[in-house]
Amino acid sequence: MSTFLNRNPYRRTRGNSFFAGFDPILSAAVAGLLVIGTLLVYAATRDWYSANGLDPEYYLKRHVINIVIGLALAWGTTIIDYRLLRAYTPFIWGFGVLGLIFVLIPGVGSEVNGAKAWIRLPAGFQIQPAEIAKISIIIGISMLLSERTHNSDEPSTNDILKALAVAALPILLILRQPDMGTVFIISASVVTILAVSGAPTRWIAGLILLAILGGVVATKTGVISDYQVKRLQSFVDPNADRQGAGYQLRQARITVGSGGLVGTGLFNGPQTNGRFVPEQQTDFIFTVAGEELGFLGSSVIILLLLTILMRAFGIARRSTDPYGTLVCTGVIAWFAFQVFENIGMTLGLMPMTGVPLPFLSYGGSSMFANLIGIGLLQNVHARQRG
Amino acid sequence: MNQRSRLSLLVIQIFFASLMVALLGRLFYLQVAAGPIYRDAALSIQSRDVVTPANRGFIVDSSGVPLALSKVALAVTVDRTTIDKLPDKGVAVLANLVNLLGLEYSDVWQRTRLCGELPRGQRAGCWTGSRFQPIPITKSADPAIALRIVERSDRFPGISATPIAIRSYPETLGVTGSHVLGYVGPLTEADLAGANGRTYFRSESIGKAGLEIKYDEYLRGVPGIKTFIVDRKEAVTSTTQNTKPVAGKHLVTSLDVRLQAASEKALGEAVKRARSMGFPADGGAAVVMDVRNGQVLSLASYPSFDPNAFERGLTVKEAQALYSEKTGVPALNRALQGLYAPASTFKVVSVMAAKDAGYDLNKSYSCPAEVQVGTRAFQNFESKAQGTISMKKAIAISCDTIWYQIAYDEWLRDGGLKPKSNPNDYFSKAAESFQISEKTGVDLPSESTGRLVNREWKKSWYAENKDFYCNYKDRATKAQQTAFLLQLARENCVDGDKLRGGDAVNFSIGQGDTVITPIKLAQMYAAIANGGTIWQPTIAKAILTQEGKVIKQFEPKKLGQISADAATIEFLHDALHEVTLTGTSAGLFANFPVPTAGKTGTAQVFGRNLNGSAKSDTSWYASFAPERNPRYAVVMMVSQGGYGASTSGAGVRQIYETLFGVQGNVVKPELALFPKGKPPIKLPRISPATKPAPSILNPAKAEKKMAVAKR
Repeated sequence: MSTFLNRNPYRRTRGNSFFAGFDPILSAAVAGLLVIGTLLVYAATRDWYSANGLDPEYYLKRHVINIVIGLALAWGTTIIDYRLLRAYTPFIWGFGVLGLIFVLIPGVGSEVNGAKAWIRLPAGFQIQPAEIAKISIIIGISMLLSERTHNSDEPSTNDILKALAVAALPILLILRQPDMGTVFIISASVVTILAVSGAPTRWIAGLILLAILGGVVATKTGVISDYQVKRLQSFVDPNADRQGAGYQLRQARITVGSGGLVGTGLFNGPQTNGRFVPEQQTDFIFTVAGEELGFLGSSVIILLLLTILMRAFGIARRSTDPYGTLVCTGVIAWFAFQVFENIGMTLGLMPMTGVPLPFLSYGGSSMFANLIGIGLLQNVHARQRG
Repeated sequence: MNQRSRLSLLVIQIFFASLMVALLGRLFYLQVAAGPIYRDAALSIQSRDVVTPANRGFIVDSSGVPLALSKVALAVTVDRTTIDKLPDKGVAVLANLVNLLGLEYSDVWQRTRLCGELPRGQRAGCWTGSRFQPIPITKSADPAIALRIVERSDRFPGISATPIAIRSYPETLGVTGSHVLGYVGPLTEADLAGANGRTYFRSESIGKAGLEIKYDEYLRGVPGIKTFIVDRKEAVTSTTQNTKPVAGKHLVTSLDVRLQAASEKALGEAVKRARSMGFPADGGAAVVMDVRNGQVLSLASYPSFDPNAFERGLTVKEAQALYSEKTGVPALNRALQGLYAPASTFKVVSVMAAKDAGYDLNKSYSCPAEVQVGTRAFQNFESKAQGTISMKKAIAISCDTIWYQIAYDEWLRDGGLKPKSNPNDYFSKAAESFQISEKTGVDLPSESTGRLVNREWKKSWYAENKDFYCNYKDRATKAQQTAFLLQLARENCVDGDKLRGGDAVNFSIGQGDTVITPIKLAQMYAAIANGGTIWQPTIAKAILTQEGKVIKQFEPKKLGQISADAATIEFLHDALHEVTLTGTSAGLFANFPVPTAGKTGTAQVFGRNLNGSAKSDTSWYASFAPERNPRYAVVMMVSQGGYGASTSGAGVRQIYETLFGVQGNVVKPELALFPKGKPPIKLPRISPATKPAPSILNPAKAEKKMAVAKR
């Protein structure tokens, strides 16, 4: 392995430490979020589980295990030079697509909240192939769009069509689950990568238009299932579906709002402890922060997430090759859209979809994917120009 | 990286940064700007206030015998949060339960619904409290049955039996006292909205009638509040006791439980007696008042109702019966809500008027069979001529024609239909001095105001009814178009605004449009008895704390003085005594060992009953006793009860028997209600165990007590 690394002329010294060459601020921001997330997951589940005679640390333990595995994966991701990843890209992509096909097979995939997004594994574990698919699409299209077959600044139409095809298959499969949140995040990320790759503006504008048109047609023709229409309606009119999605959104907003400036204090939120917001350790984890940490604590979370994004932009700029830039751009877009969709949904700015909040929500697949994403950023950072 | 990519990256960076700033902005709005609103919303989601009602204070009689108590009873309760989770929402459980308890399923179903769950107009009997409180479906469960329910919690999920404090009316000596005491019940929406300026909690009980509502603010105490913090499944996660309930204050009344029992019994028997004579006797009232201070010693109305029925849980049928004409509207307190023509009892007013007009009360006057007034002849009672008799005798035998003559002469002297600019109006002025057209001010709700026919009233009546009588043929129903009524309508149209000869004549014997309540007549006779002072009738004497400390005493209140001079009052005492010796009630009172004074009244009533029969006369007896130094005024009225003496007079005698301890025609001092003939002034000590002292109604105890004393 060291032979690969030594061939890298731009490599920063890795020295003796595992962490040498990593962006320290990025690392610190991620670490901060992981710690806060762990506390929030514990706060979201402790009282309810002990009140119902279950292990109050059930989620805490599993969350910590997920973080440990995720950190190991992230560290693993940084070891191999990202440029060598290109060679494995088709396999990673294929693996993601395969997983997405598997979830749709009855008996293999399991349905949670109306979406067939999970593959059940032994010992009560589940994986969510869509999370792996995000990474494979980012790496895949970044590779296709950064390889110049001709001497030009912008990718050829051929490259763009190839890239779109690579993205389209997994997106269509996720659409079948259906997981609209993930479809939105991936599609938006693909468009962002295209924009940074130098693709002509008409492509970017065309794709955005297509996405809007697709959304309208899907809602009208009933490709989107009933419950998703309800979620959209309840976004527009929170009173439309009082017991279902409308209830969740209302409760979420009340819970966040009741936190006030300083919050009730960790573990002391009556809304959280009463579990008035469903899914509060996963998709609605931000409500726990809102209630118990208040505006001050919740702002810290958003600022930490912003820090990660801003550092990542720096890494993207300083990358030695377009591939690194595009991979970073893809990861940034993924995080940014997912954060905005998740927190926006909690605060009533976005319609309700089932996407977790990066680094904070409970959930293995998501945690692994997010930390692998960080691994990719650190990988590019470690191999950029001094 | 080329220039375009760099630019794109920068644009995207700014875009993403602004997305995060947008989140921060929205977060600031929700948490800081709108935070208080959301905090309130969250609080209403999480917390459930449950009210623990305070024990109500007692209502006791003047010697401390409880009339209303807080009693511990066994309630069978339904927990809605449990039964709602059953697959059939608890239908089977409730069905089993009603079988066991012998209740109606529909009543129980209704009682366990929150009022908000039911459509408007179908909420009678619904549960006004919260879902988190056990809802009582009966408050008088048999302990054996309750035990079976509690033991079989698998068959009766969510059902439990708990001891609770309920209002209980002990019915000592058979007393119901329902019209004086009232009853308690759940709050109405109007109460909750603060209609009477107080704040209440749902599920609290409130006085609904009588003393219970009048003195509710003292009796009810302060309920305790417990706040439950609940989770999404409505399971309770924590509890805080915000305030503990504070028991209500006790109310000491001037009532005497033995006299109240005697009054109710005498009234009931008077009604029976009247019915046995063929009169409908659809209702009645009896009032006993202390003439020295206006304190009410007993107050009864017939028909009565069971005050304990409300706490037992009123069935729909019972609730309807309370206000039904067929059952005689038991909810009506005829003693102060019923308005009746006072008939001959009103002649005390005519005596005063005659005296004021210059007639010598000690002279003799003619009592013919009839008196011609204008075109109409007014008959004496039973059209009997009595010759020339003294005025005292005229009162005793209740001659009407002597008053017709005087009233008509005075009316003519005042100008007749063309009245003088300053008429004397001796009759209406004498009546006005009794404050006929004002309430007595008794401390019970919903008292009716009497009606006094004077020139003023005629004018206002005419303004309201002119149109009807002047267009009688079009406005009146077919049944109302008899020759007599048509004639009457014509007269009313022409000079209905004037006090006519007929009005003046009717007025002199308490007939016509003048009507009063029984308690008003008691107040009037009390005034005559005490030398002329009009006292405000009062029932409340004092408010005591649970520890027995007096926090409020109700002082007697003088409302005015009647216009009669001492000589007239003396004449009235003498004449009214004569009634009981040789007059209309002599058969009842001539041999009564305590000399009394009284007046019978038999009032004609116009109109028809539901079955079409003409209404029978109102029977009155108004009296005071002892004849020397009177202390008590007693009035009984039986509506459609026939003659004054035989129906009501006999009833009043029964009340006096208890009051003075008369057995046969002998006074037994040890059975008299009040030593030395004076109601107690000292406030009693309050104990739920206080028993009434011996009287005619409960003499056995007296003998026992004396036997113990001898040993």
